[in-house]
Amino acid sequence: MSVPPSAPAPSAPPFRRRDGLVVALAVGVFGVTFGVFAVAAGLSAPQAQTMSVLVFTGASQFAAVGVIASGGTPAAAIASAALLAARNGMYGLALNPMIRGGRRRRLLAAQLVIDESSAMASAQRDAAEAEKAFWVTGIGVFAFWNLGTLIGAVAGNAIGDPETLGLDAAFPAGFIALTAPHLRRRPGLIAAIVGGAIAFVTIPLLPAGAPVLVAALAVIPAFAVQRRETA
Amino acid sequence: MSWSAILLLGALAYAFKAGGLLVLDHVKLPDSVATVTALLPPALLAALVVVQTFADGTTLVLDARAAGLVAGITAVAVRAPFLVVVLSAAGVTAALRALV
Repeated sequence: MSVPPSAPAPSAPPFRRRDGLVVALAVGVFGVTFGVFAVAAGLSAPQAQTMSVLVFTGASQFAAVGVIASGGTPAAAIASAALLAARNGMYGLALNPMIRGGRRRRLLAAQLVIDESSAMASAQRDAAEAEKAFWVTGIGVFAFWNLGTLIGAVAGNAIGDPETLGLDAAFPAGFIALTAPHLRRRPGLIAAIVGGAIAFVTIPLLPAGAPVLVAALAVIPAFAVQRRETA
Repeated sequence: MSWSAILLLGALAYAFKAGGLLVLDHVKLPDSVATVTALLPPALLAALVVVQTFADGTTLVLDARAAGLVAGITAVAVRAPFLVVVLSAAGVTAALRALV
C-alpha cells in the first residue's frame, strides 16, 4: 500500500499510543454523560448500551436521544442522527487507502470510522502510521465510550458534568492539533480554511450535522490548487 | 425509544461507515480521486472545530469554548505535545466557566 497522495507531513513524529488513549479517555467521560442522558430520556440500560455498541457515533446518539427526550418521533430521531452520522462515510473514503487486510478485517474497521480515529489517522506521516493510529484510537474510543455508557446508564452520574471540566473544548483543540500537519501544505490549508468558513456560514441555516457535510465542498478549491501546483 | 429504532439507526450508521471505507475496493479509479479524498479530513475537521466551538444547536455563540480553542491553538503553534494541547484548552475553558 502506497503513501496517500497528499500525506500531510513526511517529517511528522511517529504515532504515540498515548495520544490515542488521551482521546479515548475524554470520549469515555462523555460516554458517562450519554448513559445518564439516555436513561433519563426513557431508554433502558441495555438499550443505551446497544446504541453505543451498534451506532457508535457520539453526536448521532446524543441527537437521537435528545429528539426522543423532547417528545419527537422515532423517525425524527433517526433522521437527525443519520445526518450527523453521514460524515463518517466521507472519513471512510479518506481512510480507504490506509486500512489494509482482508474483507473481514475491513468490515470490522468500518465500525471504528468516527471523528477521532479518522482525525488521528489523517495526521500521520505515512499509511503504516495512519493505520496504527486508526486502530489504536478506534478501539480505545470504542472501549471507553462503551464503558462510560455502562457506568452512566447503571450507576448514574459518577463523574460530574464534563463541561465543568472544560472537556467540550478539549475536542476542537485536539482536532486542531490533528489538522495542523495538513495546514503546512497549501491544498490542505485551503481545504481547512474554506471548510471552516462553510461551516461557520451554514450553522444558522442548516440542521445540526449538515454544516460539516457541506464543508466537504472545500475539497474543490483545494484540489484545484493542488493540480496547479503539481502541473 | 424502541428496539427496532435503535437497530435501524445502528444499521444506518454502519452503512455510512462501511460504504465509505469499502465502496472503492472493487473499482479502479484514477489517482486524482485519492487526491481528493485525502483532502476531505482537513475540510471536515476544520468544519467540526468550528461547529464544536461556535455552535449551540443552530445558533452561533461566543463562549468559554472559544477561549479554550485559542489556548489550544497557541499550544499547537509552539508544538506542544497533544496532551498539553487538549489539557490547556480544557483548563482555560473550565477556569473561565468557574469564574464567570
